[in-house]
Amino acid sequence: MAGKKGTIIIDRELCKGCYLCIEACPNSLIGIFDELNQLGYYPAYYREENNKDRECTGCATCALVCPDVAIEVYRE
Amino acid sequence: MSEKVLMRGTQVIGEAAIRAGCRFYAGYPITPQNELTECMARSMDATPGGTFVQAESEIAAINMVIGAAMAGARAMTSSSSPGISLKQEGISFLAAQELPAVIVNTMRGGPGLGNIAPSQGDYFQATRGGGHGDYRTIVIAPNSGQEIADMTRTAFEYADKYRNPVLILADGMMGQMMEPVIFPEPIDISSLPPKTWSLRGAAGRPSKVILSLLLNPAKQEELNWKLDRKYKIIAREIPKAEKYMTDDAHLAVIAYGTAARIAKGAVRRVREMGLKVGLFRPITLWPYPSRELHELSRHMRNFLVFEMNMGQMVEDVKLSLEGRSDVHFYGRPGGTISTPDEIAKIINTLYHRQNLEKDS
Amino acid sequence: MQKVFQRPKYLKQAVFHYCPGCGHSIIHRLIAEVIEELGIGEKTIGVPPAGCAVLAYDYIDVDMGEAPHGRGAAVATGLKRVLPDHIVFSYQGDGDIAAIGTAETIHAANRGESISVFFINNACYGMTGGQMAPTTLLGQESTTTPGGRNEKRDAAPLDLSEILAIARGSVYIERTAVNSPRNIRKTKRAITKSFKTQMAGLGFSLVEILSPCPVNWKMTPVEATKWIDDTMVKTYPLKVIKDTVGKIDG
Repeated sequence: MAGKKGTIIIDRELCKGCYLCIEACPNSLIGIFDELNQLGYYPAYYREENNKDRECTGCATCALVCPDVAIEVYRE
Repeated sequence: MSEKVLMRGTQVIGEAAIRAGCRFYAGYPITPQNELTECMARSMDATPGGTFVQAESEIAAINMVIGAAMAGARAMTSSSSPGISLKQEGISFLAAQELPAVIVNTMRGGPGLGNIAPSQGDYFQATRGGGHGDYRTIVIAPNSGQEIADMTRTAFEYADKYRNPVLILADGMMGQMMEPVIFPEPIDISSLPPKTWSLRGAAGRPSKVILSLLLNPAKQEELNWKLDRKYKIIAREIPKAEKYMTDDAHLAVIAYGTAARIAKGAVRRVREMGLKVGLFRPITLWPYPSRELHELSRHMRNFLVFEMNMGQMVEDVKLSLEGRSDVHFYGRPGGTISTPDEIAKIINTLYHRQNLEKDS
Repeated sequence: MQKVFQRPKYLKQAVFHYCPGCGHSIIHRLIAEVIEELGIGEKTIGVPPAGCAVLAYDYIDVDMGEAPHGRGAAVATGLKRVLPDHIVFSYQGDGDIAAIGTAETIHAANRGESISVFFINNACYGMTGGQMAPTTLLGQESTTTPGGRNEKRDAAPLDLSEILAIARGSVYIERTAVNSPRNIRKTKRAITKSFKTQMAGLGFSLVEILSPCPVNWKMTPVEATKWIDDTMVKTYPLKVIKDTVGKIDG
């Protein structure tokens, strides 16, 4: 994670696939995972592979809108 | 010991409640019990830590009592028949959540708005739960000012001991009648055992919840079994009745509350005529003093149930006697009040019709 | 790196039973965050409603006492009067507070009971399957307004918060929403202010929170958040409806 300002951890088993976080992320860093979780939803996931100019800033907007408290946010 | 004072029944309940440690009262005006609400307004103002709320409805009043009981206070509300109907949802919640509270019903004529005269039309409602679900309320039916003073304290003790709503079932006559009373000494609230189940904030312990929603049928069944075990203990421990001149009697009148006062007068009259008649007066209506009545039926085959309704407690009498005796009924509904002479006439007729004079 | 956002202390480790995109759990979280920030977790007592949020006690980790449908304000009154130094809040849906419990709510406000009321407005009865609530918008379809709510047949929406603002005992009433990051932050500030108002013993406060119900609105969660912005706020404008408290510390 060297060089990054922030990062998030999404608990896929808490996610209900509302995707409000995807809508909220200013840098489009969240996507839809292609495997169902145990609740039966396609959970959101953090797309770490994104390029440099679209880095996570740890703004926590995704966590703020997440109805299921599935996202933890880390910042430098 | 306190001195003897002359007081109206409704006010006796109020004074006795404060002395029993009641510190929360919510009520709504309805005749014939307004003096109780007024008395609580004055008394709570004069009692440190006391709260009086004139609620916007009977429904709000019982729900405030729910909140106060959750917080651990000795809490009470009072009303009269139509208002008690409105409280039933809350009483069901009190039973389900196992919260102690005292509810006073000064019964009046009904159904509907009825009138404001004394009646006993709410026996079914009081003893069968009244609200929804599989539960019981303890029902106490005093018949004198002194008994009101004593039993109001008992009501609070039962409520706390069994964590169950307790109903004091009076009527317009009990409420309005003035009688000399000696009050028990006030209790020291700080001496009461702590209510560890109450909601006081999760300080130094995990949070807790008082609820009645049990979506899992197995959990709901568990609660119902638990309540049932408690009700069985209550039914064993607290049934109470007065027996008056029953030892040699061939016939006993069975009546409670105001009706029992009238019946006692009638029993005295027919005794003067040489009839061997007694009185059996249930003081707890739930649990019903079935065993006491059952024992009486060993030497008695005739019972006359007198109620100020068209026959409600008579069902409990029949259930208690299990067909072993003849159960007769006389009732006057609608807030009419029988006289002792009227009941004496009924007793006399029945006594001779059943050839009871030959039994001796 | 350090953790800057995590499950608040007063939110239990549990999976919410709410549908995807439901606003209830966001509001639960905000309440738990504020309780933690104000340091009142050991003296707060909540009163959950009947309705979707009936299980709020499975999530918010403070003492809770369940009220019969609509009677939250009355039960909270009893709790608060006996425990005046505690913080008492009721959590109520729109059917609970604005239909069956209207009388209890108006009179608690008028008495100036020192309680915090959180009124979740999702314009329908959620748990029972999407029937018309007193807050359902004109023209909005529900299972009991199949052609849309019709003023002649079904009456117009009830503006409960505005009604409560008239009550003399209410001191702070604000309408917010949890449909966007900005509105969620504002809602949290409103919840904070409501609790602080109570801590200062100033009187009755209420936060009405517009909250998405995607399933009963037959929308995706994202559509539901947009519908609040585009449609719902026209009937229920987001604003401070009454504030005699002003700035408050503590």
